[in-house]
Amino acid sequence: MSEALRMSNIVKRFGSLTALDNAELIVNKGEIHSLLGENGAGKTTLMKILYGIHPKDEGEICLNGTLCQINSPKEAINAGISMVFQHFMLVDNLSVMENIILGKEETKWGILSYKKSREKVMELSHKLGLKVRPDMLVEDIPVGEKQRVEIIKALYRGAETIILDEPTAVLTPPEVAELFEMLKALKNEGKTIIIITHKLKETLAIADNVTVLRNGKNMGTISTKKATPEILAQMMVGRSVILQAVKEPTVKGPVVLEAKDLCLQDALKNINFTLKKGEILGVAGVEGNGQTELLEALTGLVTPDMGSIYLKGEDITKHSVKQRIREGIGFIPEDRNDRGIVPSFCNWQNAILGYQSNYQNRGVLDFKKINAVSKEILDTYQVKTEGIAAKTASLSGGNAQKLLLGRVFYHDSDVLVIAHPTRGVDVGAIEYLHKEILNMAKRGKAILLVSADLDEIRQLSDRIVVLYEGSLVYETQALSTTEKELGMYMAGAFNKDESKVVGL
Amino acid sequence: MLEQWLTSDAAYIIIGLISSMLRMATPLGLAAFGAVYSERAGVVNLGLEGLMLVGAFFGVLGSFLTGNPWTGVVFSLIAGGVMALILAIFTLKFKANHVVSGVALNLLGQGITAVLLVAIWGNRGKSPDVAGIYPVYIPGLSDIPVIGEIFFRQSPFFYMMIAIMIISWFVFYRTKWGLRLRAIGENPAAVDSLGIQVFVYKYLAVVLGGMFAGLGGACLSLGELSMFSRNMVSGRGYIAVAATILGNWNPVGVVLASLLFGLTSAIEMNLQLYGWPTQFVQMLPYIVTILVLGGFVRKVSPPKAVGKHFDRSDTYV
Repeated sequence: MSEALRMSNIVKRFGSLTALDNAELIVNKGEIHSLLGENGAGKTTLMKILYGIHPKDEGEICLNGTLCQINSPKEAINAGISMVFQHFMLVDNLSVMENIILGKEETKWGILSYKKSREKVMELSHKLGLKVRPDMLVEDIPVGEKQRVEIIKALYRGAETIILDEPTAVLTPPEVAELFEMLKALKNEGKTIIIITHKLKETLAIADNVTVLRNGKNMGTISTKKATPEILAQMMVGRSVILQAVKEPTVKGPVVLEAKDLCLQDALKNINFTLKKGEILGVAGVEGNGQTELLEALTGLVTPDMGSIYLKGEDITKHSVKQRIREGIGFIPEDRNDRGIVPSFCNWQNAILGYQSNYQNRGVLDFKKINAVSKEILDTYQVKTEGIAAKTASLSGGNAQKLLLGRVFYHDSDVLVIAHPTRGVDVGAIEYLHKEILNMAKRGKAILLVSADLDEIRQLSDRIVVLYEGSLVYETQALSTTEKELGMYMAGAFNKDESKVVGL
Repeated sequence: MLEQWLTSDAAYIIIGLISSMLRMATPLGLAAFGAVYSERAGVVNLGLEGLMLVGAFFGVLGSFLTGNPWTGVVFSLIAGGVMALILAIFTLKFKANHVVSGVALNLLGQGITAVLLVAIWGNRGKSPDVAGIYPVYIPGLSDIPVIGEIFFRQSPFFYMMIAIMIISWFVFYRTKWGLRLRAIGENPAAVDSLGIQVFVYKYLAVVLGGMFAGLGGACLSLGELSMFSRNMVSGRGYIAVAATILGNWNPVGVVLASLLFGLTSAIEMNLQLYGWPTQFVQMLPYIVTILVLGGFVRKVSPPKAVGKHFDRSDTYV
C-alpha cells in the first residue's frame, strides 16, 4: 500500500502552550485511519494544520510522497483534502444543493447553472448511496443527513482524503452504523479516510490503523487487528484505565422523587417516573428529544403545563429553584459552562455557587468557612488546579466537571439530577466521575442520570428509560437490555402501539 | 367613466399621493441597498445617515465644481464608498463594535459636512444652488394616462433605484457571488472552510453598499433641492435602516418597505395641507419606524452572523 500522507515533526504553539510537539502521522492510501486521543491531545489541531486553517510552526507535510505547502483551506482542497468538522460547516438557510456547490459553483458568466451541478451531485449521491434531498433547506434536515451533505460536499470537490472530526458525536447508534457503512463504501472507492475520535470502540470497529496522540506527542501507530481497548486507553492516558465502571448492587429504599404526567408544550408528553433511594435511573435518548425540558422542569427553571413532581411525597411542582436545592435536590446541569459554573469566577466562588446562603453571617460572606470548604472540595474531588483563587476558566473540562460534581456532592442532597456528567471529559476523568457517581448511589442517594452516551447509561444505571420525542417510550432493567435494543427505541424505530407503556 | 374620474379631485389627490410616495421612497430605497449589501456580508450598517449626508454634500460639490450634476453623482458614489471603507476597516480590521462604529460614522458625516460647508462656501447653513437632476419624461410612456403620470415622469434616481433593485436581486439569487455573499452573512466560517476569501467579499460589499447610500444622499440634494443644507438627511438614514429590516434584507423587499415609508411621508404632507396639526402628522413615519424596529409588523430573519467578528483562528475552536 502506498503512502497517501506523511506529517512529520509537526510543532504548533499557541502562545506559551505547545499543542503539538513533534507529532507524526502516516496514513496509507485507501485506508481508514483513526486519530485517537483525549481532549486537548492535539488531534484536531493536527488536522487543521493539514487542512490549512492553522499554520504550523515546524515540520513537513508530504502528500503521495511529495513535499507540500498547505497554507489555506483552498490549497488543501486543491490538493484533494477535505475536512468534515465536528460542528458542521453548513449554511442553514441555503438549500442542500447550494451548500454543496458553494465555492465550486458551475457557472456561465458568473450565472449559476444549477442543472449541471445537480447532475453531478445526484450522480455522487446515487453512486455511494448517500441519500440527500437537494432542494431542502439545511435547517430543515436531520443531523444524519447533514453529515451526508458534508461528505458529498467533500466528494464534489474531488477529495481523495477526507478528514472527519468526531463524526459520531451527534449521531444515534443506528446512524453510526449507517455512517460506518458509508465510510467503508468510500474506502472501497479508494478514498483515504481519517477519523478524529476519542472513542475506543468506534476506532476498533471501523479503522484499519490507529495513531494515538497524547499531549501533542505521538504515542505510536498500530493496526487495529493488534489493538484492544485496554491497550489504546493506556496509550491515550499513559496509565492503565478501568474502562468498565464496576457497579455493585445497592440497597434500594422508598421512592423519593416522582413525576406524574409531566407535560410541557410539545417537548414533554405525560412523563411518569419514580426514583428510589439508592437507585440510579438512566434517561437515554438522542439529544433534543426533551432532555433539556425535563431537566428544566425538575430544576424548577420552567413550570410544567400539567402534572406534578413529588419529593418524598411532597408536591414541589411550584417550588422555586432555590427551594428545591434547600429541600435536597442537587443539580448537575447539562451545559457545564453555561449553567453549571461561571467560568470567569474563581474556584471558590464556583465551589459554593447556589449554596452561598450557607456561608454568610447577616448577609456578609464568611470567608473563613468558604476557604475551608472550597479547599476541601478541590482536594476531595481531585480537581487539578492552582488553588481556590484560580479562575475556573483555566481548568480543563474534566477538572471543571469534577469541581461541579464536588460542589453538588459535598452539599449532600438526597436526590441528584445529573446531566451528561462526562461530556467533553477525558477517559481518565470519566473513570473517576463514574466511580464517584456510583459511590453516591451506594451512600443511599437517589440519582437521575440523563446522558446521550449509551455506554455510560448502561454501566451506571439500575433502570433505564428511553426518552423519544418528549415521551418515555421504553423502560427496562439495565442488565437485561442491549445497546441495539436501546438504540432502536432512541431512534424511534419501534411500533408505537406495541411499545411498553411506562408508568409505575 | 374613467375619463370622468380622472378629472375628479379624488383622482388628483390619489395620483399626487402615489407620485410623491415614489419620490419620497427613492432616497430611502437607495440607502437601504447600502445596508442590504453590507449586512448580507455580516457588517451592521447603522451609518446610513452619515453615508447619505456625505453623499448629499459631495454630490452638490461635484455639481458646483464642474457645473455638471452627473459629475456630482460620481462624487457622491466615491464619497459614500470611501466613508463606508472607514466602517469596513473599523469593523473588519480592528474588530470594533459594529453598532458603535455605525453611530460614529453618522457623527463623522455630520461633522465633516458642517466643516466643509463653512470651509468651501463660508456658510453655516447651506450651499449655493447648483445644477440639479430633474425628473425625466420618458417619451411615449409618460403620455399613458395615470400610469405615465405616476411612473414615467420621475427623477432619474427613481429609475436607478429600480435598476439596482433588479440587478441586485439577480446577483443575489442567480450568481455565484450572490450565493457566496448570502452564505457569508449566515456562516462565514463555513464559507472560509471552502477556500473562499471571506474578507474580500466583506470589504467589497460594505464599500459597494456605501456607494448606494451615497447615491441616496445625492438623490436628496441634487434630485430634490439642487443644493446642500446642513443635516438635510434628518433621520432618513435611520428610516432606511428600518426599511432594510422590514424588507427582510431582500433587494425587492426593501424597495417595497421604502414605498411604505414613502407613503407615510406623502400622507403626512397631504394631511398638513388639510390642516391637521403638523407636529402630530410629522410623527407618522417615525411611529411606523418604531413599530417596524420593534418587530411588530412582521417576523424577519436577519443574516445570522451579522455584527459578529469573524476570525479564522478562533472560529474553529
